[in-house]
Amino acid sequence: MKQIVVISGKGGTGKTVVTASLAALAKNKVMVDCDVDAADLHLLLHPTVKERHEFRSGQSAVIDSNLCKKCGKCALVCRFGAIKIDYTIEPFSCEGCALCSHICPHGAIHMKENLAGEWFVSDTQHGPFVHAKLGIAEENSGKLVAKIRQIAKELAEKQNLNYVIIDGPPGIGCPVIASLSGVDCVLIVTEPTLSGLHDAQRVMELAKHFNISIKLVVNKYDLNLAMTQRIEEFCRKQDVPVIGKIVFDKTVVKALVAGKTIVEYAECAVGDEIRKVWEDIQ
Amino acid sequence: MIISVASGKGGTGKTTVAVNLALSLKNIQLLDCDVEEPNAHIFLKPRIDGEKKATIPVPEVDEVKCTYCGKCREVCAYHAIAVLPGNDGKKGNVLVFPHLCHGCGACRLLCLQGAIKEVDREIGVIEIGAKGDLQFIHGRLNIGEAMSPPLIRQVKEYINATRTVIIDAPPGTSCPVITAVKGSDFCVLVTEPTPFGLNDLILAVEVLRKLQIPFGVVINRSDIGDGKVEDYCRTENIPVLMKIPFSREIAVSYSEGVPIVESDVSYKDKFINLYLDICKIKK
Repeated sequence: MKQIVVISGKGGTGKTVVTASLAALAKNKVMVDCDVDAADLHLLLHPTVKERHEFRSGQSAVIDSNLCKKCGKCALVCRFGAIKIDYTIEPFSCEGCALCSHICPHGAIHMKENLAGEWFVSDTQHGPFVHAKLGIAEENSGKLVAKIRQIAKELAEKQNLNYVIIDGPPGIGCPVIASLSGVDCVLIVTEPTLSGLHDAQRVMELAKHFNISIKLVVNKYDLNLAMTQRIEEFCRKQDVPVIGKIVFDKTVVKALVAGKTIVEYAECAVGDEIRKVWEDIQ
Repeated sequence: MIISVASGKGGTGKTTVAVNLALSLKNIQLLDCDVEEPNAHIFLKPRIDGEKKATIPVPEVDEVKCTYCGKCREVCAYHAIAVLPGNDGKKGNVLVFPHLCHGCGACRLLCLQGAIKEVDREIGVIEIGAKGDLQFIHGRLNIGEAMSPPLIRQVKEYINATRTVIIDAPPGTSCPVITAVKGSDFCVLVTEPTPFGLNDLILAVEVLRKLQIPFGVVINRSDIGDGKVEDYCRTENIPVLMKIPFSREIAVSYSEGVPIVESDVSYKDKFINLYLDICKIKK
């Protein structure tokens, strides 16, 4: 069983469009959406939810106003600015370190576990799909990513599947690190822009940091051929194969609006190129 | 006034709006708080005058004073310290995992022996610069570093209240976004008229309502896709402040790091109007 993650560094380069097409092309796989705070893959895979689970993670401080003597010790030690002047907790600032609860001389502060989101195991016409929804403004996205990856891996092992295909989040931080640790292949989807190149370089460095094999696709490559060339040259120096160059085509947006993957929606050059990408990955 | 520019979905045009708005106005400070993938400098090409290391405090244990009692391990909510007690006259051991540490200081404060001090661990850099009269600051998270919020907080320490502050936020709806937009007087949500754009806009709206920050929407590539984003804004009474139609010219100049207001000067007035509309809503 092989695990493949699609990431980009920069958002909006076409990760989910590519991943959804791989869902339609690959056989014997489980799909995972690790962009847990802005998940979109379900909009193309139309899952029927079979299992729904609460994700409890992290904690927040709660001040009991009956016991609180407003001595100010908690506010003095809190480094996250989470104690408001009226001695209530600002939940978006509290990082759950619990120092205030230890330091309070009146025992007025206790910690409460956070309901940080939900995760789902679903059926789709392209096979099983594990996905999640981080609670609005919640933290611990990395832990939720780790959770659904573990579930997907177990499911793949149990059903003897060949691939775990992961749609990753943008950036290079905590949920991205959780998305790519231990995978067999990172597919970077970038675009021929200075921002796309800059961000792809950083995400490439991250994948190298974890010693993972990298392949790259340039999406909308014809919007700037010179920049595409620059990306290809950079990849050559880094020993990263460019396994696909996808043209800019408004049909991709039409497929999105229709809620379909591009390979199912229409016979077009975009779909053909993604087929080639999948053959290469195999 | 502090105006942040955010979006649930990545790649909708946050940086485009933040940079072009900044270039259209006077007395501006632009903070790029997308510290995982900062891009505003690519378009602004600022002169960088100074650099500061961004650090968080992590514990260092004095093994002479340490009795391996395990108090630090017990109070660390992030499992960043492990303590192996000594036995048979053998010394114990304390292991610190700096990458898990949030720098809360609980272990140092609560250590019964006073055996813990804090040392700085670098997580990224902050660069301070300018473009003409415009002040520019951004953070750049070190590769392999998981936690961006402490760096975002440190970038925001540079906020200059005598100026109109524009914050370029990271994508998503979780802690990095909250850290970036918190304390803003207004937030511009940039989206695109596709099912992905709408889905993630709805999430971003929930975040801003929870934070009680007033907001409006800019629809980028407004003529590609469908009308559902506008329908949603109408139903929810969310002002659509600006629409930027797709143009190959804009896309190409974007790809080369050229701001719209430089490739098409007529956009300058449109961004000034965006600012004036924000001021009107704030009144």
